[in-house]
Amino acid sequence: MTPTSGKFRLAQGGRSRFPSRMPDRAPEAPPTTIDLTTSPDDMATGPHDMATGPDDVATGSRDLVPLPREAEEPPDAGLRRSDVDAWGRSEHARSLARRIYDPLYRRWFRVEWDGLENIPRTGGALLIANHAGAIPADAPVIMHGIEKELGRPVYGLADNLFRALPVVGTLWARGGGVAAHPDNAYRLLHDDNQLALVFPEGTKGPGKLYRDRYRLRRFGRGGFVAIAMRAGVPVVPITVVGSEEAMPLLYKSARGAKLLNVPYVPLTANMLLLGPLGAVLPFPAKFRLRVLPPVHFDVPADQERYSRSRVMEEAEKIRENMQESLYDMLRTRRSVWFG
Amino acid sequence: MRVLVTGLGTFWGSKLAQALEALDAAEVIIGVDTHEPRLPLERTEFVRADSSFSILNRLVRAAQVDTILHTHLIVDSTQMRGRALHETNVIGTMNLLAAAGAAGSPVRKVVVKSSTLVYGSTYQDPYFFREDMKRVRSPRSQVERSLGEVASYVRDFAEDNPHVVVTKLRFTNVLGDDIDTPFSRALRRPVVPEIFGFDPRMQFTHEDDVIRSLCYAVQEEVPGVYNVAGDGTLPWSEVCAIVRKPRFALAPVMTNLTARPLRAAGLLDLPSELLEVLRYGRGVDNSRFKRAGFKYRFTSAGTVHAFAQAMRLEHVIGNARPVYRYERDVEDFFRHSPAVVHEAEVE
Repeated sequence: MTPTSGKFRLAQGGRSRFPSRMPDRAPEAPPTTIDLTTSPDDMATGPHDMATGPDDVATGSRDLVPLPREAEEPPDAGLRRSDVDAWGRSEHARSLARRIYDPLYRRWFRVEWDGLENIPRTGGALLIANHAGAIPADAPVIMHGIEKELGRPVYGLADNLFRALPVVGTLWARGGGVAAHPDNAYRLLHDDNQLALVFPEGTKGPGKLYRDRYRLRRFGRGGFVAIAMRAGVPVVPITVVGSEEAMPLLYKSARGAKLLNVPYVPLTANMLLLGPLGAVLPFPAKFRLRVLPPVHFDVPADQERYSRSRVMEEAEKIRENMQESLYDMLRTRRSVWFG
Repeated sequence: MRVLVTGLGTFWGSKLAQALEALDAAEVIIGVDTHEPRLPLERTEFVRADSSFSILNRLVRAAQVDTILHTHLIVDSTQMRGRALHETNVIGTMNLLAAAGAAGSPVRKVVVKSSTLVYGSTYQDPYFFREDMKRVRSPRSQVERSLGEVASYVRDFAEDNPHVVVTKLRFTNVLGDDIDTPFSRALRRPVVPEIFGFDPRMQFTHEDDVIRSLCYAVQEEVPGVYNVAGDGTLPWSEVCAIVRKPRFALAPVMTNLTARPLRAAGLLDLPSELLEVLRYGRGVDNSRFKRAGFKYRFTSAGTVHAFAQAMRLEHVIGNARPVYRYERDVEDFFRHSPAVVHEAEVE
């Protein structure tokens, strides 16, 4: 297989370059690896450009323990017209999104990180964070920050309802959103050695009222721990301060939520002060993020099932640590707006 | 090896019989169908028969068939619908498996050609279906329902007949030089449909890989269910870019309803189950068949490129393939007349 420039793909652990153009607008030159004179009969005997290389098939076959596949070029890289990966993420779309988002990240939220060295530079890791603010700003902040600082892509696992939305769903996927299915998470972490971000509180986090701010909700049923155990990767907890004040949720309508088939219909302080603009514009609260040391589980990977009590115990321990970290950050915060 | 191929009158049946003829291991190849073979065949014996149990049972015994290659499953609901689809898929498979599992049957291997349609396509799906995963929502289209029923018959058959190697291959969106599928037809049109706001992850299998994988299953011992799909996924917009076709958008709500007049006008022939694929896409994990030793020639993107090239050639020279018509007398003469000198005898 011809080695490609790799400009579409973010190398594992490498710095990201931000290509300035979307792939769709690239001039339509035929890929160099295709011999246009190839007749269909030749094709039947297998042209090597289109074929899966023989060494590709050899890797990972008949292995009892699947070997981690480290950021190899996909076998058909030369044939691709876009850089949309198997998860629907496009590095070009991401870099465009980053350029648009960067002013908001630097000037509006003035994001500051603490403990970034706790995020592994290589290999899979499950990032978890507290989730808050009626329309949570924490997910883009975390994804943007890590991609910017570490040059590693982050896949954000979220409710599969996004997939059902036209336009929004496509943009969400191109920007690194992946439906939160246990098997998706396992593949991302175990097979692809990527960083995946998940909010264990689910919609209960952003759906809590302002008076409950920075009080972590239940961490689901601890599914995130089981996934990390199965994938054999560490959990890296991240605590975020500022998201609660960026869009305080004052009231939510249960009836409206039922009517629209969404988790909650919020009434935020932003809406009261700014009107319709407040539905999308967060307040410029100062964002501080702290990455806690990775939590490794001393269990074999790829088990069918993990002890429920062990999973709950680990999840609860992580939750307590994060709650403690949040209190600690709030203790030292002097101003909501200036940190 | 004495092989029975069902659906010899279909594209796949004829194509497979051709491929099997090249295998020395296949001493006898018998094809059943109500229609005549589509492609010229050298030594395959064609039996014009329906898929009723009594005929299949007699045939299997009389010819001492040890391998059955069941290609006659309709996965393209634009070819057949309603009662006929049910008869072909469900009743046909039931009769075939009953004949294969009858007391004293010489059958030792059954290979079934199915489709990844059995997984459905919803927003709640995992991005890559493994063979052991269940579909999220119960099937709504008839073809998916019938394939589900076929799957349960095949499972029961494998359980009841542990001495028979049962292989089921589930193929994903096939494209190729010759094969005609709803997606290939859609991509051949001047303007290609999409659903507004959706750009699903698509996976494709090349026609040649389909033939090769079925031959592989006939030759090797690979019991179980396997997904067959080219490596990698690519968005529909990229597929259209590779074949250089503009797209037109279908409404994202009530898509099937708005598609109806277009279908009636002959502007669209994607059935409802494929409109779902055009909305949410579908990915399957092909690693199990790779672990069983099969080597793919084409990736998903490679398949689309090969299809684009075939289409370009066709655009210039038209359909150059000679049209074949089966003539019973001629075929009988070549196979059975003492006047014909076979190559093997010459040597």
